[in-house]
Amino acid sequence: MPKKEYLRKVLVIGSGPIVIGQAAEFDYAGTQACRALKEEGIEVVLVNSNPATIMTDANIADRVYIEPLTPEFLEEIIAKERPDGVLATLGGQAGLNLAFKLAERGVFEKYHAELLGTSIEAIKKAEDRELFKETMQAIGEPIPESTIVEDIESAKQFAEEIGFPLIVRPAYTMGGTGGGIASNDQELVDIVTRGLKYSLIGQVLIERSVAGWKEIEYEVMRDANDNCITVCNMENFDPVGIHTGDSIVVAPSQTLADYEYQMLRSASLRIIRELGIEGGCNAQYALDPNSNQYYVIEVNPRVSRSSALASKATGYPIAKVATKIAIGYHLDEIVNAVTQKTMACFEPTLDYVVVKFPRWPFDKFMFADRILGTQMKATGEVMSIDRTFEGALLKAVRSLEIGLHRLHIPEIAGLSTEAIRDNLKLANDERLFVVAEALRRNIAIDEIHQVTGIDFWFLDKIKNIVTMETALREGVLSPELMGTAKKIGFADKTIAEITGKTTDEIRNIRKEQQIVPCYKMVDTCAAEFEAATPYYYSTYAQEDEVSISHKRKVLVLGSGPIRIGQGVEFDYCSVHSVWALREMGLESIIVNNNPETVSTDFDTSDRLYFEPLTPEDVLNIIDKEQPEGVIVQFGGQTAINLAGPLAKAGVKVFGTSVENIDKAEDREKFDALLEEIGIPRPQGTTVTNAEDAVREATKIGYPVVVRPSYVLGGRAMEIVYSEAELKDYMNRAVKASPEHPVLVDRYMQGTEVEVDAISDGQDVLIPGIMEHVERAGVHSGDSIAVYPTQTLPSAVIQTIVDYTKKLAVGLNVKGLLNIQYVIADGVVYVIEVNPRSSRTIPFLSKVTNVPMVNVATRIALGATLKSLGYQPGLMPPKPYIAVKAPVFSFAKMLQVDISLGPEMKSTGEVMGTDYHYARALYKAITAAGMNVPSQGTVLFTVANKDKAEAGELAKGFADLGYSLVATAGTAQYLQSLGLAVDTVQKVHEHKADIIQMIKTGKINMVINTLTHGKEPERDGFKIRRATVEHAIPCLTSMDTAKEVLHVLNFMRERRLVYALALQDYVGGGDNLV
Amino acid sequence: MKGKLILEDGSVFYGEMLQNGNAVGEVVFNTGMTGYQEILTDPSYCGQIVTLTFPLIGNYGVADLFEQSDKPYVRGFVISELCVNPSNWQAEGALADYLKSRNIPCIYGVDTRAITRKIRSHGTMKGIIVSEAASEAEIAELFARPPQIEVVKEVTTKSVYRMLNHGPHVVVIDYGIKRNILNSLHKIGCNLTIVPAHTTAEQIMALQPDGIFLSNGPGDPKDLPEAVEVIKDLLGKKPMFGICLGHQLIALALGADTYKLKFGHRGSNQPVKNLTTGRVHITSQNHGYSVHEDSLAGKNLIITHRAVNDGTVEGMRHQDIPLFSVQYHPEAAPGPDDNTYLFDEFWTLLTKGE
Repeated sequence: MPKKEYLRKVLVIGSGPIVIGQAAEFDYAGTQACRALKEEGIEVVLVNSNPATIMTDANIADRVYIEPLTPEFLEEIIAKERPDGVLATLGGQAGLNLAFKLAERGVFEKYHAELLGTSIEAIKKAEDRELFKETMQAIGEPIPESTIVEDIESAKQFAEEIGFPLIVRPAYTMGGTGGGIASNDQELVDIVTRGLKYSLIGQVLIERSVAGWKEIEYEVMRDANDNCITVCNMENFDPVGIHTGDSIVVAPSQTLADYEYQMLRSASLRIIRELGIEGGCNAQYALDPNSNQYYVIEVNPRVSRSSALASKATGYPIAKVATKIAIGYHLDEIVNAVTQKTMACFEPTLDYVVVKFPRWPFDKFMFADRILGTQMKATGEVMSIDRTFEGALLKAVRSLEIGLHRLHIPEIAGLSTEAIRDNLKLANDERLFVVAEALRRNIAIDEIHQVTGIDFWFLDKIKNIVTMETALREGVLSPELMGTAKKIGFADKTIAEITGKTTDEIRNIRKEQQIVPCYKMVDTCAAEFEAATPYYYSTYAQEDEVSISHKRKVLVLGSGPIRIGQGVEFDYCSVHSVWALREMGLESIIVNNNPETVSTDFDTSDRLYFEPLTPEDVLNIIDKEQPEGVIVQFGGQTAINLAGPLAKAGVKVFGTSVENIDKAEDREKFDALLEEIGIPRPQGTTVTNAEDAVREATKIGYPVVVRPSYVLGGRAMEIVYSEAELKDYMNRAVKASPEHPVLVDRYMQGTEVEVDAISDGQDVLIPGIMEHVERAGVHSGDSIAVYPTQTLPSAVIQTIVDYTKKLAVGLNVKGLLNIQYVIADGVVYVIEVNPRSSRTIPFLSKVTNVPMVNVATRIALGATLKSLGYQPGLMPPKPYIAVKAPVFSFAKMLQVDISLGPEMKSTGEVMGTDYHYARALYKAITAAGMNVPSQGTVLFTVANKDKAEAGELAKGFADLGYSLVATAGTAQYLQSLGLAVDTVQKVHEHKADIIQMIKTGKINMVINTLTHGKEPERDGFKIRRATVEHAIPCLTSMDTAKEVLHVLNFMRERRLVYALALQDYVGGGDNLV
Repeated sequence: MKGKLILEDGSVFYGEMLQNGNAVGEVVFNTGMTGYQEILTDPSYCGQIVTLTFPLIGNYGVADLFEQSDKPYVRGFVISELCVNPSNWQAEGALADYLKSRNIPCIYGVDTRAITRKIRSHGTMKGIIVSEAASEAEIAELFARPPQIEVVKEVTTKSVYRMLNHGPHVVVIDYGIKRNILNSLHKIGCNLTIVPAHTTAEQIMALQPDGIFLSNGPGDPKDLPEAVEVIKDLLGKKPMFGICLGHQLIALALGADTYKLKFGHRGSNQPVKNLTTGRVHITSQNHGYSVHEDSLAGKNLIITHRAVNDGTVEGMRHQDIPLFSVQYHPEAAPGPDDNTYLFDEFWTLLTKGE
C-alpha cells in the first residue's frame, strides 16, 4: 500500500535528555524520521526537551517545540497543532511511555490524531509482562519461568518455588533501572523494593536466571502487509547476565551455526508477526551454549539503541524505513538508500565484523560500583569495523578514549597471578583486560571460560592478540610479522611499545614495507551490488576500493563516544560544520566512531570514515584523502587533542592555531597572556607534588579549587577547604608529576557567567551571555544556565564583552571560543577559555538564531564576520528567556554522591523557553524530571555556612504552606527564626530516621548542602541516595533551591502549560511582546 | 604455503594454500554469513570454485548433521580467515581438517570482497587456484582445460533408494539434490523414491508415483537435453514440483528458454515477491541461470514469484496442469526458512484428488 495520503501533518515525539540507557541514538532516529516525513511532503511538528540535538533544529522540522515531555505539554501541543498523525516509536522508551499516557487520556481520539506505526495494543503486548508471557505462550516461544509481583511476599513465594538465582526487572522502565540478579532472600527483598518504586505501574518481573547462556539479539522490521525481514543479528561477548547495553557486542553472530542462526531468526519473525509491530523491533534471546534450547528474554517494540547499532553496522537505515512503514509504505515499496536500485525489503549481509564497546562513566564516578549486571551503566558506546574480530576489537578499544590502545592496563599487569584469577570472577568494565592478562600468564582458556562464561571463540581471539604480542617482542619486525600484526588490529603505538621503538619509527618502517591500510565500503550487500554509500572503514587487505575525488575537501573530526562532559552537543557541532562545508561547495569528510549519532549517518557528510580518533587512524585517512586541512574545533576535547599530533605531522589545522590552542590550555602561557592584556583571574598556580600544593594553597588561602591540568568536564576537580582535605586529595585523586601538573586556584564564590563567541581574529561576535543559577563551584555543565543574564549590571556586561574580545584577539581565535567568568564583588575574573565549541553551542544557536557553527566553520576557512554580514559585539538580548537545566542519571549509578560540585555529573540537558523567566525555569525543571511537590514536607539539613540562606528559604516554603522538618542543628536555627519546624532523627539515631521517612513518603523534598568529605559512609550521602532511590527532589545548592522557590511562588497563580514553537520565538516572536 | 587465485581476465588474488593441489572451475561468490558446510556439500556447486564474502569462516566447526550430500562438491574454496579453533556444541571437527581430509583445495587469507567486486563487474569467470610458485606453463595448462559439462552425472545418485512414509508416493529425480529437500518432503509426509538423473519417463511411471519432484543440481540446464525430454513425457501426468535446476528444466520442457545470469544469485538474503499474495519472502538462492521471462509467453504459465532485486523469474505455475516450480531454495540449509509453505503447497497438489 502506498503512503496514507490523509497524513498532511505529523507530530514526532523525541526522547528528551540524554540519560544512561537512552542516549544520542534517538537523535539519530528522530532526525531520520523527520527527514523521511519531509521527503514525503508532510509537515513535521517535533517535540523534544533536549536542545543539544540535531532534531530540534529549525531546519529538521517545520515546527519545533522544545518543551517538557509530559502528557500535559503534549496534549497542549496536539491541541494547538492538530496533527493528523503522531509518531512515538522513534523516541525511545520515553516516547513510548508518553504515547501510552496520551492514549490513556484519550488524547488521540479527542484530537483525531492517529498513532502511527505500532499500535498501543502491540506495545502493551510487548511491554506488559503478563500479556507478553501469554503472547509468547500462544505461539510456543519459550520464555523463562517467571511471575509478576506487586509486593515482596509474592516475590519470596516465587523464589521458594523456582530457587535462586532470579532476575528482577521492573515493568516500564528503560536501561533496566532498578533491576538486578538476586541470589538470596535479602537481595531479593532489596531489589524488588527498589524495582517496585521505579516501575511506572508498580510491577516487577521475577524470572529464572539464564545467566551464562549466549545472549543473541535480532533487529526485525515488519510492515502492514506482514512483510518481515531481519536487519541484523548480534552476539554478546558477555553471556546473559550483563545488560546488553553494557556488553561488548559483535555483529553478526560468530559462534552460531546456520541452523541456530535461522532458528532464532524464525522465532523473531514469528514474534514480530504475533505482536503486530509495524516498524522496527528488537528481540533478545538466551541460547544454551550446549543445546538448541533457547528462551526469549525481551522484545522492544520500537527503534532502540540496538537498532541504531544495527543501522550503522549494516548501512540499513532502520529509523527511516520504520518511519516510511508508519506512514503506510510496505517494505518492497521503499528504495534501499544504499544501492538506490534495490528495495528495503531485503536482509543486509555483512562482509566484515562489527564490534560495539560500551563507554562507562567510572572515570568520573570513583565510588560507583563497577560490577555490571542487569542495570545499564554505560553513557555511550563506540563501534568499529574490520575484517577480523581482533582488528575490530582493538579499534574499539582505541576509540574509547580511555587512555588505552591495546588490551593492557598497567595496574592489572601489576597484579599477581592469583589476583588475576580472582579478578576474572568480577564481571566489571575491566574484565576484557583481565582476561587478556590471564592469557599472558598462561592461565588456560578452559579455566577462563569456566569462570567468565565467555565463549571459547572469543577467548581464542584474545589469545591471538596476546600471542602476537609475544611474537613482536621476540621476533624480527619482518614485513610478514608487521602485516599480520596490522591485520589483527595492532596500532603502531602498540607495536612501538612492545618492540621498544617510537610510534613514528614504526609508522616509517611500516610505510617502507608498504603496509598501509586499504579502505572498503559498507554497502548492506557484501559487494553483490554496486552501492553509492560513501561509508568506509579501514582494513589491511589486498584491494583499496575507495577512489578519492579531486575536489577541494576538508576533514572534520568527530567527538567519539558520549561520556559525561562530552555529550551529543559536540555531534551537533560536527554535523553543522559538515553541512556548512557542503553549503560552501567543499567536499566534507567526517571521521567518527559513535554509532548513536547523526554524524555517522552516511548521508550527513560527503564521506564518512568509521574509524578510531587516534593520530594514526586519522593520519592514514589524511594520507589517502589528501584534504586541504582538518577542522578540530567542533569535536570536543577528542578533536582538540588530535590537533597537536596532526599539526606536527604537517597537517593544516583550520581555525585557531595549535599554538594558540596550547596557549589557552597551558597554565603558564595563559597566565602570561592574561597579564599582557590585563584580565584578572582567581589567584592560582601549578604544582607538581603534594608539598608544593600545601605551600601554595596556604599562600592563596582556603578554600582552593584543585584539578589536574588538561581535562574535560572537571574530572577530578574538587574544592578543598583545609590542608587535611588537600593532602587527602593529592594522595587520592591525582598522581601529580612534572608531566601531570595539578592546578591550585583560589575558590571565588561568585556568580558564574558563560560566554560563547565567534571570532575571526579581528572582530568578535557574542550571540549571547548565559548566567548560571548556581554560584561558582558547581560545574558549568551541572548548573542551570539562563539566557539572557538576569542580574548582571550593564557595566559588568560591558566588561565581559570587552574581556571576551581581548581574549579572542589575544588568542587569535578563528572560529568558536567559550569563556567562563566569575563575578565576585563586582569584579569580573576569567576562569577558563576553551578555544573550541562548547556544550552550550546548540542551546545558544537555537535561542539566538545565530548559526554559530556554520559561521565559525566559514571563518575557520578564511571568511570574516563582516564579510558574512555580522556586526561585531554583543547581540541585543532576545525578549524571551531560555533556561538550560542539567539532567542526571543517578538512579542508574548506585554509590554515587548526587551533590553538585566542580566535577561534572550530569549526562544530559533540557531547555525551557518562555517570555516569563519563572515559567521558562519551571519548564526546564519539569523537563528535567524534577518532581517538585506542590505541597507536603520539606527537609532541611544544611552545613553551617548555609544556615542563613536556609532560613530565608525555609520561610518561603512555610509561607507557601509546606511543612518543615530539619535535622537537629538546622532545626534549632530555623526555630530561632520563629519557624515551625519538626526535628527529625539523623540516620541511625532512631528507627524513625530520615531514611525511613523518605521511604514511607513522609518527606517530599530535601534541601541538603554538603559537609565536607566524600566518603559514602556519611549521613548526608545516605539521605541524598535515598532521595534518588525514591525519586523525590533533592537540592544540594542553595541557589537552585532559591530558584525553585521562586518558581513555586510565581507559578502558583499562573497557567502551567503554555507551549510555543521555536519558530515562534525566534521568528515573529519579537513582535509578540 | 602461499597461493593465488587467478581469474580468466588475469586478475590475481593472494592467500595461503591449506594444502597442495590445484583447482580449476567457474568462480562464484556466496554472500551468506553462515552455512559454509551446507554450501560445500550442495551438489549444485559441482564444478565451481566458491568464494564466501563473509570473512570469518569455520567458526562453529563442521558436523555430519549439516552435510547436504555425501561429500563436498566444490572444486575449490576461497575464503578470508579460516578459523582454527571452532566453538560450538555441535562441532565434530574443524573446517580445515574437513577440507584436508576431503581434498578440497582451499586458499585462505584472501581479500574475498575484492574477488566479489571483480565478478560483480565482469561477470562469472573461470579461475584457478595454484601455489605461488606455479609456472606459466602450468597456469596455461589449467586454463586450457575444457569446461566440465557432465556435472549432473557426477552428483546424481548411482542407484534408486527410498525414504518411506505414509503419504503420497513421490518420485524424486536427483540432479544433485540437497539432503534438506528430501528431509523437507519427507517431513510433510511424502513417501519418497529417489532416482538417478538419467532415469526414463517409463521407468518413473512404472514406479506408480502420485507426484514427481525435480531437484536442484549443477550446471547449465541446456546441457541436459535428455532430462528435458523425460520431463516432457511426464508433464501433466502427475503433480510436479521443481526446485532450481528442476525449475529450469521444466521451463525448457515447456518450450521456454533459459539464460546465464551475469554473476548469479547466491546467498541467504535474496528477497522474492510472491505475486499471488503480494508478500515478500527472504530466500536462500544458488543459481547461475534463469528462466527467460519473455519465453514464457503463450506457454500457459503464470509467473508466481519474482526476485525483488533484479525482477527475474523466481517461480511459476502452470494454468492447466498440476505443476509449479521455484528457482530458489525453500528448504533453506543454509538460509532462512520463510518458504517452507511451498512444500505444503506441493502436498495440497498431491492430495487434492483424494
